[in-house]
Amino acid sequence: MDIQTHGGNVMMNTATMAYRNLLKTVHNPDNFMDVVIQPVLFMLMFGYLFGGAIAGGVSAYLPTIVPGILMQAMLSAGSGSGAQIREDLDSGVFDRFKSLPMAHIAPLAGQLFADSLRLVIATVASLTTGYLMGWRPGVGFGWVIAVGLLAIFTGWALSWIFALLGLVAKSAGAVQSASLMTMLVLSFMSNAFVLLHSLTKPLQFIARLNPVTYVITAIRQILATGSWTHAALWVLIVDVGVVAIFAPLAVWAYDRN
Amino acid sequence: MTAVNAIEVNHLTKRFGQKTVVDDISFHVRQGEVFGLLGPNGAGKTTTLRMMTTLLQADAGQVKIFGHDTVKEGRLARSMFGLTGQYASVDEDISARENLMIFSRLNGLSRRAAKQRTAELLAEFSLENSADKALKNFSGGMRRRLDLAVSLITRPTLIFLDEPTTGLDPRTRTQMWATIRQLVRQGSTVVLTTQYLDEADQLADNLAIIDHGKLVKLGTPAELKQQIGGTKLSFTVRQADQVEPAEHLLTTSAASAVQRVGQNLSVRLKHVAALAPILAALNQAKITIDHLVVQEPSLDDVFMTLTVGKN
Repeated sequence: MDIQTHGGNVMMNTATMAYRNLLKTVHNPDNFMDVVIQPVLFMLMFGYLFGGAIAGGVSAYLPTIVPGILMQAMLSAGSGSGAQIREDLDSGVFDRFKSLPMAHIAPLAGQLFADSLRLVIATVASLTTGYLMGWRPGVGFGWVIAVGLLAIFTGWALSWIFALLGLVAKSAGAVQSASLMTMLVLSFMSNAFVLLHSLTKPLQFIARLNPVTYVITAIRQILATGSWTHAALWVLIVDVGVVAIFAPLAVWAYDRN
Repeated sequence: MTAVNAIEVNHLTKRFGQKTVVDDISFHVRQGEVFGLLGPNGAGKTTTLRMMTTLLQADAGQVKIFGHDTVKEGRLARSMFGLTGQYASVDEDISARENLMIFSRLNGLSRRAAKQRTAELLAEFSLENSADKALKNFSGGMRRRLDLAVSLITRPTLIFLDEPTTGLDPRTRTQMWATIRQLVRQGSTVVLTTQYLDEADQLADNLAIIDHGKLVKLGTPAELKQQIGGTKLSFTVRQADQVEPAEHLLTTSAASAVQRVGQNLSVRLKHVAALAPILAALNQAKITIDHLVVQEPSLDDVFMTLTVGKN
């Protein structure tokens, strides 16, 4: 063999795989449409339909709903990775990836890193729509960026759970419907669209069990106080924990596939 | 130097639930040869190949690639071969050049080396003109060529091809055969699965016939054909009343069972040399014959005989 190879380098392999997935999405801009349309649509519908009923006016409702829609968009964009991975696995390309002397986490991590572009786009779409509807956070722009990054990182951590789902599921269709159900239940059974104290006791109990509630609370706190709160720190710690648990599980499922 | 076998397969077994799809298969592949895994659909060829290429874990048995165990030294073993799967394993959404670049990088080539190798392979497989088009617009033949090009990025000395010509038209098929022969001339070892007998006959130095997960027969195409029996002779007797004496003559001189269908007689000869005396005897007995056919045994005969009644 007269070709020099540097052997498997996890970072480099992951970067190449991320590049591959980015190319795929860039060649098919349709892949971005869902993450743009969904938050814009929900923001407009909920803001103008329920703003008056829930908060007495659209602009009064915006500080509540913007973080809610943002997290819903993260859930939805993050859950897309599962179906994408399942589709890829079924296409035969993964056979080749597996037969290459490269790190086994690279195809998964590459996919999820490339998918973080979807998270970024969904974040920008959510916050921009909110801004256009009159949302003016009382804190510096830096905090808005911080909130965006926290949301994106949370969405990315969640995408590892959906990746695992994609790896163990039978078909891309099954992953897609499971992802949609999870997204709907997690986003509506939380404080995303209404404040916790407005809920009946049993619903409050459910919403308090829902991790999404805590992320949204953390985001609202940051936007209200302009400071890094304990709640936000906890979200970060849990996110790291989720990745630490689900990334190895996903690689394990990938090896067994 | 006594060459290490390119592949050694020992007692390989795979079960899916209750069904044993690969049943205690053993064989070896020598360096520099084309080894064919031949069998009907669902015989276990692809499953065997997937275990050999580390894509599937065996339930029992082991595979060694150039002496390296595919389970214990998986990564090392994987660096020694290229694989072209049954379904085009290239990315549909991106171009041929991008595919080659990405797989070059994943194979560990530096950016510069990857660029150079991509250009070489595009030229070698006549894909330069469509290098930057999306693969969606590629023909089946172009896709296969790209697929093969991708598995040759590191110039592996061992190449696995899973049904390399399934679904290709005759012209592209012949092109693919030429490419495979070229690889062998350059010193590569090729393992291919096929359900086409002529393909196995054309390309393979050694064959393993697999049916229902079991290794039915192992040998060169010539040996396998030999085992089925030699040359087949058949002819039609012109006059109906001469069929009886002709059959009798054939039975005594060929010393094997004669098949009679109407006025058509056929028999298997041990050697081609037995042909001339038979024709002379027929001539002497003044039996006129038509439609004389002398047929070398084909792998079709082998295939039909060995896998008969099981499917």
